[in-house]
Amino acid sequence: MSGYFNDLFSGTKSLAVGMGITLKYFFEPVVTLQYPHETLKMTPRFRGHIDLVKDEETGESKCIVCGMCQKACPSGCITVEGEKKEGAKKKTLSSYTLDFTKCSLCGLCVENCKPEAITFSKDYNLAGPSREAYVFDLVKRMKERCSP
Amino acid sequence: MSHLAQTQTQETFVLNLGPQHPATHGVLRVKLVMDGEYIVHAEPVLGYIHRMHEKMGENRTWAQFMPNTGRLDYLSALSYNFGYAAAVERAAGITVPERAEYIRVITTELNRISSHLLWFGAFVLDLGGFTPLLYAFDDREQILDLLESVTGSRLTYCYFRFGGVYNDIDDNFVPGSLAFIKRLRARMPMYHDLVTKNIILMKRLIGIGPISAEMCRRYGATGPVLRGSGVQFDVRKNEPYSVYPEFNFDIPVYHECDSMARYMVRMDEIEQSMRIIEQACNKLPEGPIMAEKAPKIIKPAPGDYYFSVEAARGSFGVRIVSDGTNTPYRLKLRSPTFSNLSLFAEASQGMLLADALALMGSLDLVIPEIDR
Repeated sequence: MSGYFNDLFSGTKSLAVGMGITLKYFFEPVVTLQYPHETLKMTPRFRGHIDLVKDEETGESKCIVCGMCQKACPSGCITVEGEKKEGAKKKTLSSYTLDFTKCSLCGLCVENCKPEAITFSKDYNLAGPSREAYVFDLVKRMKERCSP
Repeated sequence: MSHLAQTQTQETFVLNLGPQHPATHGVLRVKLVMDGEYIVHAEPVLGYIHRMHEKMGENRTWAQFMPNTGRLDYLSALSYNFGYAAAVERAAGITVPERAEYIRVITTELNRISSHLLWFGAFVLDLGGFTPLLYAFDDREQILDLLESVTGSRLTYCYFRFGGVYNDIDDNFVPGSLAFIKRLRARMPMYHDLVTKNIILMKRLIGIGPISAEMCRRYGATGPVLRGSGVQFDVRKNEPYSVYPEFNFDIPVYHECDSMARYMVRMDEIEQSMRIIEQACNKLPEGPIMAEKAPKIIKPAPGDYYFSVEAARGSFGVRIVSDGTNTPYRLKLRSPTFSNLSLFAEASQGMLLADALALMGSLDLVIPEIDR
């Protein structure tokens, strides 16, 4: 019988202590961020989907069409195509397509890129009406980003 | 003596727990044969999230499997990164620089704390308490921010590489980690007052779901489940790897074998992980973060290799068989919760349904890792 009353007493006390804690936190400042009204700045290393880097000298992409990113990608979501322009020694990039529906954001492509032609974007607000909306044409994206 | 042993009833019914039940945390389905509120027979049904990770490993290069390891147990992805990277390093004979090992240990232990905090919140949520989850997530968010600034992702990390880590820690990481530890130490008494000493939690956990050490041995259960049954086994101590022998930490063990014991093991492990991080941050050596001689294309010598690490849920083992080419011949992943779940059928026999859910929560199941 004494155990019953002990339980009753200590149990009620433990509930009161818990309520006290929640009450204390109730009056403390709010820690949640009111997204989407407020947003956070992504950290410099944030790994979003990839983007092409522009070569400041030529105004074109830094990509040399070596295909290392395409080869390193575990999910096969990168397609790089290049063409040899007349009179040019090296290939130039004609299209760079990223199928973001398959990408697992591992970063192996960026790591394997010798000329540092691809980088992580800081986009995280990604939403689209269809699957095709995530097949990115990165050359077009680069030009849109760089044009004022 | 349980209710079942006393009465002999003819009428039983089948109850499907899951695959979409909040308490099964994912897509675990348990087929329960019930006698009223009591469980006669439980059968976990797997396969709802099978993605054939092991087979995938055989079809891609050694490095390309790395992102998959983060998708096994998404709550402590770095331990799985660690296990796989270390297994391949053992096979290819790569030595990791000391700084990289320290960074691996710090990030993995932070990940372990974040995993335990999430488990703590979700477990109490299973038992009907909502508020502690929000407090635990507040603390966990601090860890995610720290890890995001270093690894670049928040949940499914792919940070370790064969021979080191992807990139060096930033200037804010060590002070940030130490500040976080200070913060969490100050909050732990609050968690104990709010949850551990709560009469409802005590009544629902103490003496509920007994799992003996002998049962753990039969099913191969490891991690906090085993340590809650009074067996002092932790891969970090029993088969030390990386730089763990350099740190001073204890293995929490409870002999009660009930759900409360498993709960307490995890709560104590948070403190031990904080001790490891503190020591590692203070001793962090300078130097390279990648092995200089690490080859770009890995081709381990033909053979059979095994490496196990202590993940947040138990011993995670990677067995790789190499035939000397740039893809694994066979990749076997030994995941801890698969074994931990296996004992549920036996342990839950004759239990009340509500108690069985407390037992299931205390096993800390992560379904994508059970069902690879």
